[in-house]
Amino acid sequence: MVIRPRTGWFDLHLADLWRYRDLVMLFVRRDFVSQYKQTILGPLWFIIQPLLTTLTFTVIFGNIAQLSTDGLPKMLFYLSGVTAWNYFADCLTKTSETFNANANIFGKVYFPRLAVPVSIVISNLIRFGIQLGLFLGFYFYFLARGTAIHATQALWLMPLLILLMAALGLGTGIIVSSMTTRYRDLRFLVQFGVQLLMYTTPVIYPLSKIPDQYRWIMLANPMTPVIETFRYAFLGSGTFSWGYLGLSAAMATVILAAGILLFNHVEKTFMDTV
Amino acid sequence: MSSTVIQVDRLSKHYRLGQIGGKRLVDDVSRWWAKLRGQEDPLSKVGQAALGGRGKREESREGKNLTSSLSPLRSSGEAPLSPLSPLRSSTSETLWALRDVSFEVKQGEVLGIIGRNGAGKSTLLKILSRVTAPTSGEVRVKGRIASLLEVGTGFHPELTGRENIFLNGAILGMTKAEIRSKFDEIVAFSEVEQFIDTPVKRYSSGMTVRLAFAVAAHLEPEILIVDEVLAVGDAAFQKKCLGKMKDVAGAGRTVLFVSHNMAAITTLCTRTLVIHRGTLRLDADSAVAVRDYLGLSGPSRAEVRWNDNEEAPGDELLRLRAIRVLDHDGYASVYHQSSSPIRVQFEFDLHQVEPALHIGFDLLSADGVKVLRSFHNDRLSEAASSMRLGRNVINCELPPNFLNAGTYLVSPTIGIHMVRWIVSVESIVQFDVEFTHGESKFVNNPERRKHGVIAPVLIWNSSAD
Repeated sequence: MVIRPRTGWFDLHLADLWRYRDLVMLFVRRDFVSQYKQTILGPLWFIIQPLLTTLTFTVIFGNIAQLSTDGLPKMLFYLSGVTAWNYFADCLTKTSETFNANANIFGKVYFPRLAVPVSIVISNLIRFGIQLGLFLGFYFYFLARGTAIHATQALWLMPLLILLMAALGLGTGIIVSSMTTRYRDLRFLVQFGVQLLMYTTPVIYPLSKIPDQYRWIMLANPMTPVIETFRYAFLGSGTFSWGYLGLSAAMATVILAAGILLFNHVEKTFMDTV
Repeated sequence: MSSTVIQVDRLSKHYRLGQIGGKRLVDDVSRWWAKLRGQEDPLSKVGQAALGGRGKREESREGKNLTSSLSPLRSSGEAPLSPLSPLRSSTSETLWALRDVSFEVKQGEVLGIIGRNGAGKSTLLKILSRVTAPTSGEVRVKGRIASLLEVGTGFHPELTGRENIFLNGAILGMTKAEIRSKFDEIVAFSEVEQFIDTPVKRYSSGMTVRLAFAVAAHLEPEILIVDEVLAVGDAAFQKKCLGKMKDVAGAGRTVLFVSHNMAAITTLCTRTLVIHRGTLRLDADSAVAVRDYLGLSGPSRAEVRWNDNEEAPGDELLRLRAIRVLDHDGYASVYHQSSSPIRVQFEFDLHQVEPALHIGFDLLSADGVKVLRSFHNDRLSEAASSMRLGRNVINCELPPNFLNAGTYLVSPTIGIHMVRWIVSVESIVQFDVEFTHGESKFVNNPERRKHGVIAPVLIWNSSAD
């Protein structure tokens, strides 16, 4: 092994990450176990949070503001949006803290730095799984009551959707974390940036209600097709287009690749600038 | 067997001083813009332009940069670096933490690294353990490196001891299976069996450290880097740690050991590097290196001087000017061997003759036990005869084969008998003693100290009938 001042941009050591897979899993376990120690409700918080968000949205956007939900039950409409959006947003905000939050460990011992954001994405996947379970519970309840919803063939795309959300969250997150080692300003931007971004994503309204001339703004956001497809898959209503989804996948790939390259470039010297 | 496992070649690292941030975005953009147009970095100082080691830019700058003509490029695309280069001195904005450090480490060697605070030891270890990248130079490493720059890295307070063993082990590079196979050994070594399922936040700091070191000690890397971890834990545990490190070295693995504990360095390491202001000052036998280091550490704890009359302890009768601990060659040293005599020397100015004056000191062990008190006129026949007005230097010799291993403190006590104290300063100089006189095959214990506060060799004989 050779330690050099600066290795190439494409010297990624991804094999190293695989060698440290036990560490990734232990990080996941740590995040999971430590988060709700000494709480009474414990992992129930995973469910309470999206549930309360959905209730709030239902009351404010659905009942008071009377926003359209494409004719779907309000509860299901918002819950599907919130569940999917939360996964992306959590991945993004948590991974964006990677360097600053772990400066202490990173300064003392070497392991592939990517292990940290990857473990965050995985532990969030578990949360997402639990929240998806909540969503399915309501889904079957509404189905049993004979509400006009139906799953579509797009359900087969679920693995791809999850992959896209993870890639977008991770990619954006590590780009931000790489930049924050130098420009701390970005930390503040991320805080409310994610909230603002939610309003340009069809979480609280359907894409179909956006006038055509503004639709391009929505589609510039790669999360838009993901959430629309998610809804379409389960509820049978929403905008589904292979073209939009393909565009989103392409953007996710580019963002993730750029993120990994940048992260890898920064990790070698960030200790000096953080 | 003795193949090179670490080869460090002209390693340098510089840090930017002062505030980072603020205008950085603007700076970065202008730098990037200049790079795009193939111009020189607009913000670099003269001679610093080559610091980044950015290979491709080298050719374009070669003509302009004086450094290139001073030191021939080793190979194309490498930043020219020479300690002789006048342009390479530290400016106000950069600091060379390391400059042109080269050395080799052979397999199975225990290499000590010593130097004063800020000399660059930690930077060197950080580069070797890949925490940060060097500015220039290269390190070639054969085998897996594990570094203990701090014990307990990544310990999570909410998790139990058991969970933390796995987490910490994985951070240090072990797989889950490896940790599981050594789990019982680790727990036994750490002596925290009863608390293994208690969250670490409820541990005492000593327990945390023991657990952390236990995990680290059971790593099995080809190369182990250790930094100052022995500064913590009680004496018995420190001994255990040193023993473990010896075992590691005995098993043919390589150890790099940074410490301020000179006794540990000399007993553990065969060879020692002295780092001074970022450069490699000496690469030699541990005993030689330790003496060199202690010599250069300036006002060491083995010697205290007062040049200013006002600050010197004492009064109108006597002013203490210096107090030092000398080895048998007459060098002030904090490191001594118990088989050699140790001299405590007083230098003072005497302004009045006072027959009842007595000059002496208390010798204390590191745990505060008063080992002895001695005055210069203890033997009445020799009382104060040689004392004269003006500067005096007197010595007290602690005989060889007398002190035990440990750290000792000297508190000068000077006074007029039954009248008043003139000087009474607490523990002002300090020295370490290594136990070297127990060469009898019965006494030669692994702990390298005898029972008791002191370890004199007394005379034994048998009475007739």
